[in-house]
Amino acid sequence: MSNKPHHQLKLLPKWFRRFLFYLGLLLLAIPFIFPFWWMATSSFKTYKEIFAYPPALFPEEWHFENFITAFTYQPFAKQYFNSLYIALLVTVGVLIISSLSGYAFARIDFKGRNFFFILLLSSLMMPPEVTIIPNYLIMNKLGWTDTHLPLIVIPILGSGGVFTTFMMRQFFITIPKDMEDAAKIDGLGWWGIFWKIGLPLAKAPLAAVAIITFLNSWNSYLEPLIYLSDSSKYTLPLALTGYIDAYGAPMWSVQMAATTLSVLPVLIFFILAQQQVVESFAMSGVKG
Amino acid sequence: MKHKSLSQSQQDNLAGHLFIAPQFIGFLLFVAIPIITVIVFSFQDRNLLTGKWEWIGLDNYTFMFTRDPYFYKVIGNSLVFSFGLIAMNVSLALFLALVLYRNIQGMVFFRTLFFSPVVTSTVAWVLVWSFMLQGEQGTINQFLKLVGVQGPKWLSSPEWAMFSVIFVRVIKNVGLNMVILISALKDVPHEMIEAAKVDGATTWQYIRKIIIPLIAPTILLVVIITLIGSMNVFDHIMLLTAGGPSNSTLVLSYYVYYQAFLTNEIGYASALAVVLFIVILGLTFLQWNMRKKWVYYEQ
Repeated sequence: MSNKPHHQLKLLPKWFRRFLFYLGLLLLAIPFIFPFWWMATSSFKTYKEIFAYPPALFPEEWHFENFITAFTYQPFAKQYFNSLYIALLVTVGVLIISSLSGYAFARIDFKGRNFFFILLLSSLMMPPEVTIIPNYLIMNKLGWTDTHLPLIVIPILGSGGVFTTFMMRQFFITIPKDMEDAAKIDGLGWWGIFWKIGLPLAKAPLAAVAIITFLNSWNSYLEPLIYLSDSSKYTLPLALTGYIDAYGAPMWSVQMAATTLSVLPVLIFFILAQQQVVESFAMSGVKG
Repeated sequence: MKHKSLSQSQQDNLAGHLFIAPQFIGFLLFVAIPIITVIVFSFQDRNLLTGKWEWIGLDNYTFMFTRDPYFYKVIGNSLVFSFGLIAMNVSLALFLALVLYRNIQGMVFFRTLFFSPVVTSTVAWVLVWSFMLQGEQGTINQFLKLVGVQGPKWLSSPEWAMFSVIFVRVIKNVGLNMVILISALKDVPHEMIEAAKVDGATTWQYIRKIIIPLIAPTILLVVIITLIGSMNVFDHIMLLTAGGPSNSTLVLSYYVYYQAFLTNEIGYASALAVVLFIVILGLTFLQWNMRKKWVYYEQ
């Protein structure tokens, strides 16, 4: 990008420069897009064709039976449902806890606020590996291993919800104070102010928290791996690793079919709500 | 109203404590107590399966620092992973952001393309890549063969495994850093760029002299976020290489899991988790302080 090529580029006609620009971007996008393509097309291929040389961008014949095998080899429909309902419950729980707590840290001047805040802050970025050993022992004591309870309770109450609390706090800080003062004159207590003024303004950050939390739960792998052993209780990420034949080799085309089915709804949602999803992630990164 | 009998500050205290109570109780049960427990366990010899344990003082730590044949390898690998990831991720994110932040045709489309791996589950993403990178006849090598190149064993040779893990991870997550940087670039005053152009600055000059310094706080923030995120790489390691080959991708978060749940040495695993905890805690407060500075800078 030094001076010289810059000027040489300028000699080319404008449409051609533009063409080169978009071509470059498309080439750069290959590693981002090709895996999706390869995943989807491989799920229609036979085992033989998957390793055929030269590699084929389209399956020679479209084999739908891989998708059927995905459902018969494991209770895939059940596993799908498990992921869905766990992610929904976690999302609802985190929305409640994070909006309440985020609101208090942003708006209410209570005793010990800074102390509690710094304490929570310390677990903001905590990876689950740090606390997984005691949490596993606690769950074991409670008889909750091989149930979905650890996958629901720990993400809501543990460090997962701390991050979203900070997102909510960062939003609630920006509400002008006079709105609260007016409400106080009208005789509203803190609950009323939170419920009638705070929350209705917070639709965007609540949506962001919901999107991030749902995806985190939907995608989590370490926790199901450690807590679950019965395959009918598996969630999707764990289920996807279970398409292994009797010799321990992955059944690639079936695995890719199941993976496609697990990725598709998220991708469709992302494409439909693209702006919202990207903003949610940007919010979590910058303001978290 | 029943609250009328309380003074304003009493009301504030009551409401504040009630509002944070669910989260704080959860924090005590699933974060604070487990962390204290991990610290306590780190002074014990404790087995997951038998449940037998005894106090051994600092033995886990002396073993870790003086006798564990893997520990320094793990630390070295973790550093290589973190710094390799930051270098690749942040430079690619910055490049993409600089190309895509302007409102010209097609940019939203490309932003969507580069972001789509971010929303995809790590397991799905990693499974597809492990399929494409496997052995000598994986997809990538098949395509390389078409143009006459024999690709290496991406995941099963010690020279390439770490690079492959970093690459897969960068492509997965770079979109996140890209959108953070794009939102910072959009805040750069337009007049400054125009003024630079009038002064005859080349694209590279105004990027380097004007844009980069203006968004430097965000770049630093992105570096720290990526660094903290790089500690959390269990899924990638577990499903791409399981720490191999020849332990070349054995990193700290995976090593904690390995010691705890594969060899059942939860005493020693706890000592490793304490090390991980201290590193993350330090980085979190560093990030928090920088974020404050960054907010200050904005005003």
